[in-house]
Amino acid sequence: MSKVLLTGNGASAWGARLARADYVPAFPITPQTEIIETLSKWIVDGDMDCRMVNMDSEHSMLTAAGAAAVTGVRVFTATSSQGLLYAMEMLYSTAGWRAPFVMANVSRGLSAPITLESDHNDILAARDSGFLQIHCATCQDILDSTLIAYRLTEDPRVRLPVIVNLDGFYLSFTREPVEIPDTKRVDEFIGPYDPENERFTANVPVSQAVAVLGGTPYSYFRYETHLAAQKALEVYDEIAEEFAEKFGRHYPSIETYQCDDADSVFVMMGSFSTKAKEAVNQLRKAGKKVGLLQYRLLRPYPAKAISHALKNKKAVGVIDQNISIGKGGVLHTELASALYGQTGAPRILASFIGGLGGRDIPIQEFFKIVDTLEEATKTGITPEPRLLFTSQEMEEVRKLQAIANQIPTTTIDTTTIDTATVDTATIDTTIDSNNKTSTTQRSTD
Amino acid sequence: MYQIRFHGRGGQGMKTASHILGTAFFLEGFNVQDAPRYGAERRGAPIFAYVRASHETINDRGIILHPDLVIVADDSLAMIPTAGVSVGLDAHTVLLMVSRHSAEYWQSYLDVKNKIIILSPFVEKVDSALRPEIGAVCAAAAACLSGEISRSTLEKALREELSDLKQESLTKNLDLSLNAYDSMNGNKGIVTPKKDRPLDEYTAVDWIDVPFDQASISAPSIHAPLTSLLANTGTWRTMKPIIDYDKCNGCHWVCSTYCPDSCISVDDEGLPQIDYDKCKGCMICVVQCPPNAIDAVAETDEPGKKNTQTKGVSP
Repeated sequence: MSKVLLTGNGASAWGARLARADYVPAFPITPQTEIIETLSKWIVDGDMDCRMVNMDSEHSMLTAAGAAAVTGVRVFTATSSQGLLYAMEMLYSTAGWRAPFVMANVSRGLSAPITLESDHNDILAARDSGFLQIHCATCQDILDSTLIAYRLTEDPRVRLPVIVNLDGFYLSFTREPVEIPDTKRVDEFIGPYDPENERFTANVPVSQAVAVLGGTPYSYFRYETHLAAQKALEVYDEIAEEFAEKFGRHYPSIETYQCDDADSVFVMMGSFSTKAKEAVNQLRKAGKKVGLLQYRLLRPYPAKAISHALKNKKAVGVIDQNISIGKGGVLHTELASALYGQTGAPRILASFIGGLGGRDIPIQEFFKIVDTLEEATKTGITPEPRLLFTSQEMEEVRKLQAIANQIPTTTIDTTTIDTATVDTATIDTTIDSNNKTSTTQRSTD
Repeated sequence: MYQIRFHGRGGQGMKTASHILGTAFFLEGFNVQDAPRYGAERRGAPIFAYVRASHETINDRGIILHPDLVIVADDSLAMIPTAGVSVGLDAHTVLLMVSRHSAEYWQSYLDVKNKIIILSPFVEKVDSALRPEIGAVCAAAAACLSGEISRSTLEKALREELSDLKQESLTKNLDLSLNAYDSMNGNKGIVTPKKDRPLDEYTAVDWIDVPFDQASISAPSIHAPLTSLLANTGTWRTMKPIIDYDKCNGCHWVCSTYCPDSCISVDDEGLPQIDYDKCKGCMICVVQCPPNAIDAVAETDEPGKKNTQTKGVSP
């Protein structure tokens, strides 16, 4: 089968098109907008039989998505970052309604300070909502996961909404070769949506509502949502197996690479996993026993598969592209809880936080992580959590602070200031005895 | 793996350029990854785009830090350190610059010894500095320099990526691009993929423990007067308004009032003066001037004074 070059956003749109989504409530946000634009063009051109409505906010968008899903139509929607947070109330609500639909989230770091680029704090804010989460590492992965997500969300054992997560820029605007599966085969795989008891026909009015309930029934219904999410692990495996048979690409709930004989293992998720893979390739060439464990499912959490894959490893380095303020890396925390008390759990479980706000993780940092893990294996002492941040980066920040008048420049070499706002000037800042600041500007030449 | 980076300004088609080159490599049987990179979208802002092409699976992603070829579609970017044109150059890297200046001139200006290939501005009299074909032209030249892409494959890629264009525009793009491809024949294949480096040749990672700072420093806010004066927004310009004082009737208020950035002042003789350090090139004054005394002229590719170092700047 032939491939085409598609962006991550394009692959996401293709997933919705092939799944024959009936309805797309939409609201634009960078870096997600291209998904909506692509779908809207197809709808206008008659390539996709679907209704799209541009809503007034992500909150309305999610409400519309959930409401439509529980009247028996197949729904797709997409958002990112601030948009996901703005919709947060309805994430919990629609998951609580057990509304089956698929949403793409294009990961982008959260404000403030503001960024357009990728990290996972947005998607992790949705972690406890009841949405299931599939995390993608390539553009092919995005298209395929969207198809798998429809099977998962509509499975009567599950019926929870699913987020397919792709990283902004690193996937959203990045083109890679993607195989677009044959429509007929996708139809065979997904089939029409059977909403069972969740139907609405205009000439047969029915009431549909969620009741206000006390603690006992509330506990029951919330816990049933949790049980459904846990059941989704088994259901996911079945669907992924079926997908592999039909399309030849296998997507286990966790992906392991060179793990079997590895001493040290990277644990992470998202598009940077392929960078880790490259690092593993190079480290293996240098004779180091290194592997990668990449989460595809984060919710439900494949705890058993994870602890099995990491059994008897000497050291694990979790690379979190997120930070739980006041605690640290979310994946690290979760992994610790999954491994604690397990036989053969790795002695060293080290935390690395990197790639916040789109900050790159160059390959030499993966090398250094392995050095750190090997050292820890020798000493038996788990290293302190580490932010991937270099002295040069610190210097750049100090220069920005000098420009913002936050710190005196006495120790800062301002001739190399790196900021889009300062192209020809440097600043002399002095703080006088009254602690008032004064600024003079001069040309560098 | 080929690693190729395009630098240009928003509106000059760098994303399209990366798509054309990416598609051309793809049609020649390569695995490809291409992507644009930009901040807050703005016409005239420095942006870059990149292409990776390999017969192996491409696992690396994100910004290309060690390019085999750097294409500079707008040589005024060489003056702007944040554009990051010279980031990650090594002896192996070839530069392709659209410029009226010579290779020697740029070697001296950028203080590099790299092979620099000049692509002459292909339209002598430009009616728009954005030169909408420039992306396609740069992609075509790069295709030839790689030595991996045939002329017919390039044409196919151009037709595929420019299929939304009207016939006249498509023809112009094809003509200019294929000419640019042919003009590079003397350097065909000069760009080659870098060899894999052994682990110990990578620069050491110098992580630090980020210090605790008081909130007065560590909150991401600015508390200082007149900060907008520090922003030299003149570098955003692709078109430059130039006042013809023979035509200016000295009304002294229309252009200066309409200027949204207050960068036209009136001198003692009642004549408007444009502050080119701040003028963003919106051309509102050109439209508003009653006697049509302001011309919109393409920014020349004359480099201005070199004002900051490029060391340590990431693209």
